[in-house]
Amino acid sequence: MFKNKDRYLSFLLVLPSILAVMIFIYGFIGWSIRVSLSKWKGLTPNFEWAGLKNYIDLFSDPRFMVDIRNTVIFTVVFVVGCIVVGFLLAVMLDQGLKGEAFFRTLFLFPMAISFIVTGVVWRWLMNPATGSRMSGLNLLFSYLNLDFLINNWHTTPTWGIAAVALAAIWQMSGYTMALYLAGLRSIPLELREAAQIDGASELQIYRYVILPILTPVTLSVLIILGHISLKVFDLIIAMAGKQLALDVPAIYMWQTTFDGLFYARGAAIATLLLISVAVLIVPYMWFTLRSEKQL
Amino acid sequence: MSKKFWYSLMAVLILTAVVLSACGGAATQAPAEATQPPAQGGKEVEVFSWWTGGGEAAGLEAMIKVFNTKYPDIKFINAAVAGGAGTNARAVLATRLQSGDPPDSWQGHAGQELIGTYVAGGQIQPLNDLYESEGWLKVMPETLIPLISQDGKIYSVPVNIHRANVLWYNPKILEENKIAVPTTVDEWFAAMDKLKAAGVTPLALGEQWTKMHLLETVLLGTLGAEKYNGLWNGTTDWGSAEVKTALENFQKAMTYANTDSASLSWQDAAQLVVNGDAAFNVMGDWAEGYFRELGKKPRVDYGWAPVPGTVGVFQFLSDSFVLAVGAPDPEAAVAWLKVAGSKEGQEAFNPVKGSICARTDCDKSLFGEYLQSAMDDWASNVVVGSLTHGVVANDSWKSEIDTALGLFVSNGDLAAFQTALVNACKASGPCK
Repeated sequence: MFKNKDRYLSFLLVLPSILAVMIFIYGFIGWSIRVSLSKWKGLTPNFEWAGLKNYIDLFSDPRFMVDIRNTVIFTVVFVVGCIVVGFLLAVMLDQGLKGEAFFRTLFLFPMAISFIVTGVVWRWLMNPATGSRMSGLNLLFSYLNLDFLINNWHTTPTWGIAAVALAAIWQMSGYTMALYLAGLRSIPLELREAAQIDGASELQIYRYVILPILTPVTLSVLIILGHISLKVFDLIIAMAGKQLALDVPAIYMWQTTFDGLFYARGAAIATLLLISVAVLIVPYMWFTLRSEKQL
Repeated sequence: MSKKFWYSLMAVLILTAVVLSACGGAATQAPAEATQPPAQGGKEVEVFSWWTGGGEAAGLEAMIKVFNTKYPDIKFINAAVAGGAGTNARAVLATRLQSGDPPDSWQGHAGQELIGTYVAGGQIQPLNDLYESEGWLKVMPETLIPLISQDGKIYSVPVNIHRANVLWYNPKILEENKIAVPTTVDEWFAAMDKLKAAGVTPLALGEQWTKMHLLETVLLGTLGAEKYNGLWNGTTDWGSAEVKTALENFQKAMTYANTDSASLSWQDAAQLVVNGDAAFNVMGDWAEGYFRELGKKPRVDYGWAPVPGTVGVFQFLSDSFVLAVGAPDPEAAVAWLKVAGSKEGQEAFNPVKGSICARTDCDKSLFGEYLQSAMDDWASNVVVGSLTHGVVANDSWKSEIDTALGLFVSNGDLAAFQTALVNACKASGPCK
């Protein structure tokens, strides 16, 4: 009897947050999906049924094709770059060098600033101007007589988005390093010693002992960075403004909805974004929740 | 029931109230009016704009002063929302309109940007009576009126006028290369060929919207005023050969531009001309205010002419004010519009903002050398509207053109560009 009332009370206590989440998250997701199936264009809501037309149109929309291409390039460069740089930094810090705390903080610092700041600073650094107006990295390369490195950065056709990913790698590789470092520190020394006694070289130890143990960390990194890169918006706005060569779905969604008043199309892009992130996150959450239950 | 239960229930209710009030506060985002409590009992007019900084805000203040002397019993509430050249303000305004809480009057680019958005939504009222009673039809250019009307109804009061089709040039560079200021598109290209051969960047260009600005002036320069207007009312075929020629001209003009255009703002691009790094720049006449800010002298550091092919045509854009349907105080709103359209109001606003009056009878001595020449043209030229700045196309149409242009800039496919323009006009414009 007493136990039942306690459960009743606890349910009441979490009720407000359940309600808020239901309304402000799931309710609005449902509403966005409804809008994406409508013919709403212009300031006045119009819920006339359009079926999947908005989605079908998107997949023949040349701009959306550019967006998909850019997202794929950005995600691959960003995630692979962060994992490689982050892992190398973590391995170096793990060697027990002097001033480790200092370097750890140093590498983590970029994460503390917002993507907008990163974007503005890297836009200056990656200034593609030539001749007397040359500046930023290009100017540095020119001083160092490394002229072959001078390039157009984010204004390069097709691959410009990879330059934006460079800025993102700079920002997030410290975070990746922190995750890997925690993973490395949790590996018992005995394992390395055992491998050494078996005659494994340092490289083999990393390849056959440490990397396999770190697989769950890599998975987490993949998920965290992956969903950041699918939703990337602020970094690109700060670096490139509204230039279409660097367009991504989130920017298209924003522009078409609020500049062009194509509400239904914007909602369709939002829904596709949600689905792509969900495809990445849901199996991961399901997996972690299940393994937690087993413990 | 135990005490514990009731305490818990109360806690839950209080929490809910806190959560809901927090959400409510965040959602409505009360604009600047919060700092100015309404006058007790008296009449008031709430005017919504995105003039929050620089000459614009100062100009608005000057106009408010005129309003306060003329209507001392009406309290003026300046509901300006900062940020993003109006993007934020328009989002706030859209929210207020959807929840049935309109300000009395708000700012918008004169023309289809206003008409396509707010007339279609039934949110603003026609002002023909006001135009007649105030005699504005006589003091504003005849060719302006159709551009700010729909089905014969005038929907807004333009306060200031900017010119879009201005070719800024560096007089020293032209002189050194013995080039006369071009007046036709062909002359322009010949001049730029010469400059290119001499190792000078012929044309300064900036980020995407400045390319659309260039596109609209080249369309106007190639097609002429009448056919250019036809693009927007459906009488000129977007798929025609002459539009193709215009687009080819645009493509050619782009080849003369600096290679780093994507990373430059309009200021950066305009500055290239006055600094002697480029010969020409096509930009609206707000660039002149910027040149002055940089301490440059007219006729010495920069010269101006209509964009080649557009001599005798004034491609305008304008900030204007509307009358809301369901305005809380329509009388006070009309009083504000009267000031906005009056000689005193416009003479107070425009010299500070660096634009010219929509009226043709403003006192010329208040304005600088460039603006005086613009005033002469405004009173005598054929007036056509700007695309980039919201006069000729509604927001949806403009954003489709913007997308097509962006794709064209990155892939150079002219045929696909023209097809996309034809489709944009069908989907969001008057084309059938």
